[in-house]
This record gives sequence, C-alpha cells and structure tokens, in this order.
Amino acid sequence: MNQFFAITINGRAVTVRAGTTVAAMLLQCGAFSRHSERGEPRQPLCGMGICYECGVEIDGRLHQRSCQIVCQPGMRVITG
Amino acid sequence: MSVCLIDDNPEVGGQIWRSSVQKGVNAAASKWLLRMQSGRVTMRTGWRVVAASSTRGQSPAALRVEREGQYSDIGYSALILATGARELFLPFPGWTLPGVYGAGGLQAFVKAGLDVSGKRVVVAGTGPLLLAVAAGLRAAGAQIVAVVEQAPFRRLAQFSVRLLFGHAGKLVEGLGYGLRSLGTPYRTGSWVTRVSGKECLKTVVVSDGSRTKEMEADMLAIGFHLVPNTELAQLLHCELEGGYVRADALQQTSVERIYCVGEATGIGGVEKAQIEGRIAALAVSGRIESAKSLSSERDRQIRFARGLASAFQLREELRTLAKDQTVVCRCEDVNHGDLAGCRSWREAKLHLRCGMGPCQGRICGAATQFLYGWDAPQPRPPLFPVDVATLGGLRVDREEGPP
Repeated sequence: MNQFFAITINGRAVTVRAGTTVAAMLLQCGAFSRHSERGEPRQPLCGMGICYECGVEIDGRLHQRSCQIVCQPGMRVITG
Repeated sequence: MSVCLIDDNPEVGGQIWRSSVQKGVNAAASKWLLRMQSGRVTMRTGWRVVAASSTRGQSPAALRVEREGQYSDIGYSALILATGARELFLPFPGWTLPGVYGAGGLQAFVKAGLDVSGKRVVVAGTGPLLLAVAAGLRAAGAQIVAVVEQAPFRRLAQFSVRLLFGHAGKLVEGLGYGLRSLGTPYRTGSWVTRVSGKECLKTVVVSDGSRTKEMEADMLAIGFHLVPNTELAQLLHCELEGGYVRADALQQTSVERIYCVGEATGIGGVEKAQIEGRIAALAVSGRIESAKSLSSERDRQIRFARGLASAFQLREELRTLAKDQTVVCRCEDVNHGDLAGCRSWREAKLHLRCGMGPCQGRICGAATQFLYGWDAPQPRPPLFPVDVATLGGLRVDREEGPP
C-alpha cells in the first residue's frame, strides 16, 4: 500500500503510511503511549492486544488499544 | 451450515500469518482467504469475545462480542476455539523501559508499519521464535547485535537431531533462519540480566552464568516462548490438562460441540494449527472418517510440540533476576519485593492489586507462576475490559466459584 496521510499525535501532525497501526506510529515517533502508576514512561510491549501498555486516547475515546487500531486520515491521538 | 469467523485483530491471520504493511497479505494465508471469500464465511474482524451469553449447555449457546463500544450476541451450534498463544514475559531490572518489546511483539510492530532500518536490536529469551524474529528484523533493515538464547547448546542440539528425524519441514525452516543469522552472535546458555537507560533503552547486560557482557542497543526484543490463551475455553468450562485445553483426536474439548485447535492445545506452530483446524472442521461437518485420516500427521505435530516445550524449558537463574524494586505487575506497578511475600495469586490480587489492571493477569500471571509457584489465575467475565453497556443483560453462571 502506498497511500500516505496525516494524523496528529498530541496535536502534532505526522505522515502515516496506510495500514500502519497507531501503536507502530507511536513507536516510529519515539513517543510514550502512557505513564505507569508511579510515573514511569511506557511503550507498547506485546503487539497483540493483550498488555494494554499501548492504551491511548483516539478521537476522544479513552483506553484504546492502539496496536489493534489502524491509522485513519485525520485521527487525533493523545498519549497518557 | 453457516460459518462465522470472529477475530480480535483488525485482520485475520493471527501472529504467524499477520499481513505486513510493507509486503501485504501473507502468501500462505491468501489461499485460505480466497477460499473463505468464495465459501461465504462471515468475517467479524476487530471483534472481541468478552463473555459467554450462556454456559453449561443452556440453550441457546452464544458468545457476547464487543467492538468499539458496541456489542452483539452470536449464537452457535458448534464452536471452534483458535485463541492462539501469547509470549511469556519474565521481569528483570529495566524490563519496563521504552525500547524493550516482546520478541513476537517487535515483529508484530514491524509488520504493522514500524521502520527498524538501522536500529541496533538484541533478540533474547528462548524459543524458535527468536530466530524467526531475528531473521525478520534483519530483513527489515535492523542490525542484530546478538541473539541470546537461555537454553543450553546441548539441549538445542538434541532438539535439532529430533527435527532431522521427525520433521524435515521444520528443519529446513530452522536452517533457513539460522543461515540468515550467520554473522550474528548466537549465544546459547545465556540470558539478559538487566537493561539500563534514562527513559529509554541504552544498554543490555547478558550473562552465561560466569561472564557478563554489556551491549549497546536501541531495542531489545525479548520473549520466553509462548503461553496458551485458554481463558475463553476455561470460561466455557473446557477442562485443561497441563495448562493447555484438553482436546481429543477430533479436537473436541470436554464440552460437547466445543472444539479447540492450535496453540491453545499445545504450542506447536503453524503446521500443528493447520492440521488441527482441518480436523476440527471435518469433525464439525460430520466427515469423521476424513478427520481421522489426518490423525497420524496430527500426532507428529503433537510430538514436535512436546519436543519444543522440553527443549526450551526455563532455567532456574531466570527466577533470580528481579530485584525488590523490579515491577512485576506492569498495569498496577506492583514490585517483586512486595509480591514475594504473598502466598497465592488471590492474596496478591486482593492486597496488592496484582492482576487487577486491564491485562487481567495475562502478562504477570504466567510470570508469577514461574517466580513464586502460584496457581494460574482463573478467568472471569468479562474477559477484557468492556463498556458498562456491554455487561447489561449478561447471565452469570451461578456455579462460578470464587476468584
């Protein structure tokens, strides 16, 4: 797939290749998906929807498992 | 007969046949995809099974599935569970740092679009998956610093000999991965003792029991073989044996009209999953003799699965890596030092919240069994965090016991 479009991560626009998951894009940008209970930065771990380290807010919905969600044009991603 | 395929992932194919952003649909999978399309299989991707709408033979048998806040009850007259497996993660100092990923996990991220070209990666843990991951990452442009396998060389050599006699297909596969890994240090009998970095990974320390070596890396892909996803089968009252779902020669579980195939009945890779899937499909459609004709191939695959389990057994040293301050339950940030004093999973859950986070013990549960010898946590509905609306109207089996 060779389509490209923009999404925003914490308000910042990034260019995404169609088919890329939100978690893969977060990792590509070196972003942390969340911070743990005691404030440690975390990134997605398991890649298969089990660990919930990838949980982010997408288009206003909280706790979305970003490794199971393919980026869509105009998506707004907010990390924790 | 109508067939519905429910898959939690955005696309079918599980992990091994996951399609890749760069290369498209897996070639082996595409043949089956075409058959499914022409055979009128209803595909529900992105739907998660969160509960059984009725249990223990009450009719109608149905599964409650959820997707993006919407739920649906899907009735069935026969159910084939192919819930797969997940990686086993063992805690060690620094394992929660950004830059540390599962071995299969990093492979999944690459297939999902992550570009790793030029990244220095250490691949570690145990299992044949490590070689597959190293080969895949290298093909994607990563620089593999080392592959670190905890199993001793002697045990791996014995496994390879069994491969030679029993499973020519897998030997070729293994050699292929091995050859492509040439030039990359393959350290057996070795394990990661800790990693360090400020906010993300910088250094990986590896030991073989006598010497340690520090390596600089951008990423660590680490996993300790696989653990079967048995939660749904357990929720449906299927009996387990040795931690796997017990299935007979026709893949039927202890519950009538519920079948189980693939990794959930024993970790054996894609060939075992395929033969068992075919057997279950033939059995469900009443073609018993055809199903039975596949049994010798099935037995071979089961023997291979047992060989895998014994070749890649975990060594004792892996129990001693976590320090008091090392997080064990990642969802709730519960430390090893606090958990080591608990006598059971239930005590840890109630007093320290271990396992009460969104992963519901899927990441820490198997680790705590290995570290502390506790029993496995019992799954309870909902199997995943759900919207409150999804819980409405669910009948809860009165016979479900305490957690």
